[in-house]
Amino acid sequence: MSDEIFEYAPAPESRSVVSLRPSYQPYIGGELVPATSGESLTSVNPADEEPLAEVAVSGEEDVDRAVAAARRAFDTTWSAMPGAERGKYLFRIARILQERARELAVLETLDNGKPIRETRDLDLPLAAAHFFYHAGWADKLPHAGLGPDPRPIGVAAQVIPWNFPLLMLAWKVAPALATGNTVVLKPAETTPLTAMVFAEICQEAELPPGVVNIVPGAGPTGHTLVSHAGVDKVAFTGSTEVGRQIAATVAGTHKRLTLELGGKGANIVYDDAAIDQAVEGVVAGVFRNQGHVCCAGSRLLVQESVAEEFLPRLRERIERLRLGDPLDKNTDVGAINSAAQLGRIRDLAATGTAEGAEAWSPACELPERGHWFPPTVFTGVSQAHRIAREEIFGPVLSVLTFRTPDEAVAKANNTPYGLSAGVWTEKGARMLWTAERLRAGVVWSNTFNKLDPASPFGGYKESGYGREGGRHGLEAYLG
Amino acid sequence: MPDTASPPGPAASNASLRAYLRGLPGVDEVGARERAGELAARSIKSAAKGRAIDLAIRMVDLTTLEGADSPGKVRAMSAKAAHPDPADPSAPAAAAVCVYPDLVSVAVAALRGTGVGTASVATAFPAGRAPLEAKLAETRHAVASGATEIDMVIDRGAFLSGDYRKVVEEIAAVKEASGSAHLKVILETGELGTLDNVRRACWLAIRAGADFVKTSTGKVAPAATLPGTLVMLEAVRDHHANTGARVGVKAAGGIRGTKDAVRYLVLVNEVAGAAWLTPDLFRIGASSLLNDLLMQRTRLASGTYPGPDYFTLD
Repeated sequence: MSDEIFEYAPAPESRSVVSLRPSYQPYIGGELVPATSGESLTSVNPADEEPLAEVAVSGEEDVDRAVAAARRAFDTTWSAMPGAERGKYLFRIARILQERARELAVLETLDNGKPIRETRDLDLPLAAAHFFYHAGWADKLPHAGLGPDPRPIGVAAQVIPWNFPLLMLAWKVAPALATGNTVVLKPAETTPLTAMVFAEICQEAELPPGVVNIVPGAGPTGHTLVSHAGVDKVAFTGSTEVGRQIAATVAGTHKRLTLELGGKGANIVYDDAAIDQAVEGVVAGVFRNQGHVCCAGSRLLVQESVAEEFLPRLRERIERLRLGDPLDKNTDVGAINSAAQLGRIRDLAATGTAEGAEAWSPACELPERGHWFPPTVFTGVSQAHRIAREEIFGPVLSVLTFRTPDEAVAKANNTPYGLSAGVWTEKGARMLWTAERLRAGVVWSNTFNKLDPASPFGGYKESGYGREGGRHGLEAYLG
Repeated sequence: MPDTASPPGPAASNASLRAYLRGLPGVDEVGARERAGELAARSIKSAAKGRAIDLAIRMVDLTTLEGADSPGKVRAMSAKAAHPDPADPSAPAAAAVCVYPDLVSVAVAALRGTGVGTASVATAFPAGRAPLEAKLAETRHAVASGATEIDMVIDRGAFLSGDYRKVVEEIAAVKEASGSAHLKVILETGELGTLDNVRRACWLAIRAGADFVKTSTGKVAPAATLPGTLVMLEAVRDHHANTGARVGVKAAGGIRGTKDAVRYLVLVNEVAGAAWLTPDLFRIGASSLLNDLLMQRTRLASGTYPGPDYFTLD
């Protein structure tokens, strides 16, 4: 009866704010220069598989030129510039990001498939906040606790993932620039478009040529970049598998390395938790951005004594998630970023069922075109199941139970990863007791997936090393 | 879980009531506010907006609760409730008019045959500071005058001092005095201080026999808020899950524009569920809201904004 009373009409955000060029070239030395490779890749809207634009693939020669431009900028302008002056450029970039927020949010949604609600309310505000935050640090580095006169390292090679394309760019570029380093950045092959608009923003901000260089491409371009002899620092966010290869490539060189890799975050719900808010947190923890979040709470550890009450509420809440057109302002769950990623999610979900766990999804219609996977909850999962151990990077939640706080901590820590965890309890002492024992770079207390530029982010174990954001994040870019 | 445990009846001691209320799951204020904020960002357009506006009009308790109220004012408001838009007979009628007890008979006479209910505040509204006998006498007077709905206030002083038994007993007594009239229990969330208290007061009211739980008198700031209403909707949703019975929710005070009203409907839809999207289970207490709803309704139909003079004063 309800649907007739009050079914939300489509409320799509307009695409007209975005003017896409037919093709994009690498941004080197302050100019968009044709790639010498002659190759290109097509960036596709994952929600309907329509091509959006051609983006050149940067070859060895392009990477060479970019690194040389970055070196020149480092030596001649950027590293010698007073911090207060560098800060002005960062403030300018931050303001332009805010001014062009709507355009960038729509473009990010088109290129990535995530809902406009998230790009509008999360990705863009946070990206701008990172530049604002680090702009403030630029002239205060002697007070960062890293010595009286910390020095920049040089040219930073940065490789970022497709799950938060512009936000990850901001996480990488803002601290590098604030500390006086110059940058060669490779955006992800499936989501290069906001990075290409960021190149325009650098021009608009009149950033000195070569301070930021952007070399789009796929894996080989990334490999060329991180193995280039001219770079002094490598920063990577992405899969543990690629992170391992990069660590091997960089080993034995003078290059400094930070890695922000995968995760299998646990959300621990104690029996005294504020149930309705815990349900919200679990849902936001694993279904936001379709679960394409390295710090996603993909394992729910719920105390056995409340599991029976908690799970029906969780299912009821998931049934209300709205999956569909990512540009619709009322969409909660968007498209899976690529066919390859959809394949991986399907494979891992299939092993869950094969290993005896029970899958549940709400009755929801998937659009015919595009890459889609319904929110899925696995119950009856044990620590030995692959879905409890491997990062799925999709909207798939594995539910496990525990009986005592000790067991909760033991299970939460029993993973090769160590990026994030959430704890839900109304009891302060239990919160602290648990947080102290969790081996995770971030522990959220009665919330989940909250990010802030002032708060360091990073992992333990196979989730990588180094921190991004906050005072700690500066250390990765200062010698 | 405490929610499913059968709670102490009205005759229970304060100690057992306290134990029961403390056993309810807590409300995390930050999380509740965040959820309410997320739902407030829903975008309701075109046909959905049209349906929402009509639904909101049907849910309005058109209210006047001033010392200056007169029979003439109540008659005018009653006419407005029955035919909100004289220029457009397709505009639905409001749910009820809400007045002080001494004006109930005026409203009842004016509303005869219209299908619009007459709600009366009672129990020494808005403070509730009167002896129980006086509150019951007031309630009986309102019912005898023909009120179909009674909006009572809880004793916030008793609630905040931990005398839950007094709160429950009063509600139960007023319920009995209300007879067949629907009982709305005003929690006055603006005086309860925490969302934990809102949830607890909700449970007390529901267990004591409330047909509706209502946010506020409108005389205390803040009146209705989205997070407070969210918690109340969660309580009635949980009560339904446990018992199969549906208790209504009324948000009153401070809801002035169509946008606000639609936000409340989204909240109802996504928290309690679509079954609550009926005037039988959700009401909005307001006065100036109705004209804004009518103005938006006309704009949707005609494409232009008529000026305020095209709509009648209450």
